[in-house]
Amino acid sequence: MIALLMRDLRLATRAGGGFGLGLAFFLIVCTLVPFGVGPQGGTLALIAPGILWVGALLACLLSLDRIFALDWEDGSLDLLATAPLPLEGAVLVKAAAHWITTGLPLVAAAPVFGILLHLPGAAQPWLVAALALGTPALSMLGAFGAALTVGLRRGGLLMSLLVLPLYVPTLIFGAEAVRRGAAGGDGTTPLVLLAGITMAVLAAIPFAAAGALRVNLR
Amino acid sequence: MSIWEYANPVKFMRVSGAALPWIAAAAAICLPAGLVWGWMTPEDYKQGSTVKIMFLHVPAAMMAINIWVMMLAASLIWLIRRHHVSALAARAAAPIGAVMTLVALVTGAVWGQPMWGTWWEWDPRLTSFLILFLFYLGYMALWGAIENPDSAADLTGVLCLVGSVFALLSRYAVNFWNQGLHQGASLSIAPGERMSAVYKYPLYLCMLGFFLLFLTLLLVRTRTEIRRRRTAALLAREVRA
Repeated sequence: MIALLMRDLRLATRAGGGFGLGLAFFLIVCTLVPFGVGPQGGTLALIAPGILWVGALLACLLSLDRIFALDWEDGSLDLLATAPLPLEGAVLVKAAAHWITTGLPLVAAAPVFGILLHLPGAAQPWLVAALALGTPALSMLGAFGAALTVGLRRGGLLMSLLVLPLYVPTLIFGAEAVRRGAAGGDGTTPLVLLAGITMAVLAAIPFAAAGALRVNLR
Repeated sequence: MSIWEYANPVKFMRVSGAALPWIAAAAAICLPAGLVWGWMTPEDYKQGSTVKIMFLHVPAAMMAINIWVMMLAASLIWLIRRHHVSALAARAAAPIGAVMTLVALVTGAVWGQPMWGTWWEWDPRLTSFLILFLFYLGYMALWGAIENPDSAADLTGVLCLVGSVFALLSRYAVNFWNQGLHQGASLSIAPGERMSAVYKYPLYLCMLGFFLLFLTLLLVRTRTEIRRRRTAALLAREVRA
């Protein structure tokens, strides 16, 4: 599993792997929003939690098709499926690699983008905590969507239609925690619910994703 | 005699072919009768004539949810017992469910404009219906995108299972997110009557009519799918010969 993780990380970080693209996309979203709604700090602070979360969702979505598509094309997915490691484990590792290359940089950079959007300082810890707890679920659900559409030639648009509705609960609780933090309140309740969703997703979705992959490899 | 015998396409075609005219006729009687009866009910003291939208809105919303549950059951039967009729029925039900969801959303908007003063409100019930509609769209898009029918049935089945969990989760998550404007359930089994009998009985008839309409459309669509599958098989055999 560790070997697989290291391999995926190396593939992602070398040239053409798209590492950091998600982060750049996130930056562009945060730059464009003030052009759309105007530069008033009050308005921006109000919508910052939502913008940051939606931006994270979209940045995560962009790189999803890389999870399985390249391995599907060169046949290494078949090797993974016949390897002694259960396919469920392989799915989990690939989702983890996706999270380390897209989710983790977002979590680390989120406070900077929060400042760009005038997010109140009190909300910063909540933002980091909510993103850290929520983005693993995004990667895992994304791996499920990628597994469903891996055999299709142009699955990208379809995958966003499949995956984004699944992101709704995560988005609701994640943004709610940050909003409560921005209002000076206590965001523990949505944060706990968010962690619950992430745990359930990590426990159950690998089976669904591996099932979908097996159908696609048939 | 077990229910699984109807999973045999030949038997299914025979039985459904015999039952279809009767179900269609019953739908053709119940639905107009219920709607006309609903049309003739007196005006509500508060809502005026807009209360009559209920006779479309409530049955459509009920069917929208129940059709998804039916698809979930059909997907489970396909994934566990591999009966083709079941997968085809799930596929046939999805567009009907999507249309029912859309009818519920549109009639709700038409009612909400005079009553709430807004076409759309980000209310938990309204939002979760919109999300349900998105799930229907994704489900149908996945069916349309995959060429191999068996893989498509498998993948959409898995999507339906995961989607059901998340649709339910979203339903309660949006409760957390925003307080509702929508009134509570229109009908309830609990004592403590909420609705006058004047409205209740036409509503029951409309619900029955919507259910029969769904059954009719479902059987027609499933039979068409089975026939299409047969034609494709015959053509493939001809090409090979």
